[in-house]
Amino acid sequence: MEELDKLQQFQQKIDAEKKIEPKDWMPEDYRKHLIRQISQHAHSEVIGMQPEGNWITRAPSLRSKIILLAKIQDEAGHGLYLYSAAETLGISREEMINQLHTGKAKYSSIFNYPSLTWADIGAIGWLVDGAAIVNQVSLQRTSYGPYSRAMIKICMEESFHQRQGYEIMAKMAQGTPEQKEMAQDALNRWWWPSLMMFGPHDNESAHTGNAMKWKIKRETNDELRQKFIDKTVQQAEVIGLTIPDPDLKWNEERGHYDFGEIDWEEFWRVVNGNGPCNKKRLNHHKKVHEEGRWVREAAAAYAKKQKNKQIAA
Amino acid sequence: MTDTQLPLWEVFIQSKTGLPYKHVGSLHAADAEMALENARDVYTRRSEGSSIWVVPSECITASNPEDAEEFFEPSNAKIYRHPTFYVMPEGAKNI
Amino acid sequence: MTTQEALFKYTLRIGDNDLILGHRLAEWCSYGPTLEEDLALTNIALDLTGEAQALLQYAAEVEGKGRSADDLAYKRPERQFYNSIITELPKGDFGYSIVRQFLFDAYELPFFQMLTKSKDETLSAIAHKAVKEVKYHLRHSANWVIRLGDGTEESHNRVQKSLNDLWEYTGELFEMDEVDETVLKEGIGVDLTLVKAEWDETVNKVLAEATLTRPEDGWMQTGAKREGIHSEYLGYILTDMQYLPRAYPDAQW
Repeated sequence: MEELDKLQQFQQKIDAEKKIEPKDWMPEDYRKHLIRQISQHAHSEVIGMQPEGNWITRAPSLRSKIILLAKIQDEAGHGLYLYSAAETLGISREEMINQLHTGKAKYSSIFNYPSLTWADIGAIGWLVDGAAIVNQVSLQRTSYGPYSRAMIKICMEESFHQRQGYEIMAKMAQGTPEQKEMAQDALNRWWWPSLMMFGPHDNESAHTGNAMKWKIKRETNDELRQKFIDKTVQQAEVIGLTIPDPDLKWNEERGHYDFGEIDWEEFWRVVNGNGPCNKKRLNHHKKVHEEGRWVREAAAAYAKKQKNKQIAA
Repeated sequence: MTDTQLPLWEVFIQSKTGLPYKHVGSLHAADAEMALENARDVYTRRSEGSSIWVVPSECITASNPEDAEEFFEPSNAKIYRHPTFYVMPEGAKNI
Repeated sequence: MTTQEALFKYTLRIGDNDLILGHRLAEWCSYGPTLEEDLALTNIALDLTGEAQALLQYAAEVEGKGRSADDLAYKRPERQFYNSIITELPKGDFGYSIVRQFLFDAYELPFFQMLTKSKDETLSAIAHKAVKEVKYHLRHSANWVIRLGDGTEESHNRVQKSLNDLWEYTGELFEMDEVDETVLKEGIGVDLTLVKAEWDETVNKVLAEATLTRPEDGWMQTGAKREGIHSEYLGYILTDMQYLPRAYPDAQW
C-alpha cells in the first residue's frame, strides 16, 4: 500500500474515534510525538516524587505521613504505567531515562520549584495535582490505546490526591495565624507555576497542530488552563485564601474567569534549565540511577545463574 | 549489559475468583518471583486482585493488524452461530 | 511493676520498632534501585507505619492519661522511645537496608504469630492483621538477600559486609527483662527465646541459600529497648519527625 493511502486510512480511523494499537501502522511523527509526550509525562511523575518526598520524614501526624507516602507511591506507579505505555512504541525504559539524563527529554517544569513548608504539600496536591487532573481527564480520550488505558487508570487513582492537598490547605487556612500565613504564602508561590503547567498559548505551541489532528491531545493548552482556573477560584474562596492575581475577575459574558498574563520569561527560563531546583532534581535522579546499578546487575546475574542451573538440571 | 532496567513482563490480574484474567500493564523484573512481587506492589495497591499471572513480554505472540481481515472478518458472516439467527415458534419459552 | 505499666512499655516497644523502621524505609521513597522497588519499599513502610499507629493508639489507651497515638509519636523525647537500635540505624545502601529488613522481618513474623495467641484482645487483633503483612515483608526481603548474596561478586561483598556490621544489633531484639516477664506471666506477651529459635532457623536457611556467612555471635548492642538509651541517630530522626508539632504546639494538622 502506498504511504499516502496508509496515512489516509490512519486519519480515518482517528476521525472515527477508533484507538490506535501498538502494532497498527502509524506515521513516524505520530510515534515520535507520542514517545516525546508520554515519556515527558512519565518523567514528570517520577521527578515529581522529589518535592513531595522532601516532606515525608517531617509530616506532622501519623495520618498525614501515611497519606503522603501513599500518594507519592502512586506517583511512582503512574510513572511506571506511563513508561509501560511508551515502551509499546518501541523505546526502552533505559533509553527514556538516558534521554532524561542527557536533557533530550524534559519533565514538567513545576517540579523545579522547591517545597519549602508543609503548606507546600497542600499546595502541590491542590494546585499541581488539580492542574494535572484537568489535563489527564482530557487525555483519557487520547487516540493511542495504551496511553488512554494508562490515563484512565491514573485518573481513577488520582482522585484522592487533589483532595488530600486541598484538605491540608483548608485545615491550615482555618488554623492558627501562622498556619494561615503559611497556606497563603504557598498559594502565592505555586499559583503561577501551576498555570504554566498547561504550556504556552495555543498560537505559540509548536506541537499543538498535529497533536490535535491526531487526537493525541483533545483540548488545547488555553482551554485546559481556563478550565482549571474556573474550577479552582471557588475552592480558594471557600477556605478564605486569596489568589495572587489582581486581574482575576468573573466575566459574565464569557462565562469564565478573566486572569492576568503569565510571566512567560520565567516560564521559558525554567524550561531551559534555570529554575531553583532544575539541577537538584536531575542530579538526584542520576545519582539514584547510578547507586541502583549494582543492585540491578546483581538481580540480573542471579536470574541468569538460576536459568543456567535449570538448564543443567 | 546494555539495558540495566531488567527484562519486561506483562501482568494479568484476576480481580475475583471466577472472573477471567485481564491484562493490566507491564513492568520490569529480573526473575519470575520478582515479577510476581512487583506486580503485587504495582498493580494491586487498591485490592484490585485475587490472583496474578506474569509472563515475559518476549513470550507473547501477537496477531498482526494486517492479518485482521482474514483472521476476523470471516466469522462476521457466520451469523448462524448466534441464537438470534433462529426463529422460535410463537409461545415457546426459552430454556 | 504493675501489669498495666508493663503492658504500656511492652506495647510501646513494638509500636516504636514499627514507627522508626517505617520512617527509615520511607526515606527510600524516590531512592529505589528501580521504580518497581521504590513502590515495594513504600508499601512496606506503609504497613509498618500503619501497625505503629494501631499500637501507639493502644499504648495511649493503656496508659490512660488522655494522650493520643500522635502525642506518643510526636511529643515524646528520645529517652522515652523503646525501639531496638537496629531499627534506627541510617538506611545505608540498598543492600544494607535489605539485610536490616530481613533480620527484622525474620524476628517480627514469629513474634506477631505468637502474639496472636495473646490474652490481650487488642494486641491479638493487631498481631492477626500484622502477620499477613509481615509474611510478605519477609518474603520480599529474603528473596532480595538471596539475589544480592548470590548475585555478582560486588553485591555479595556488599551484603556480607552489611550483615557483619548489623549483627551486633540483633541481640537486643531477643532480650527479655521485667517487662517481658510480667506480660509473659499474664499470658499477654511472647517468649522471645521461642522467637529466637525460629529466627535462627530462617536466618540460617536464607543465608545459606544466599551463599553468605553467618557472623559469629559476639558482644551485642543494648540499652534502647530496656531503658531508652539509643544510638546517636534517633535524635536526628525525632528532630525531623517532631519538628512541626513541636514548633507549632497549638496547631492542628
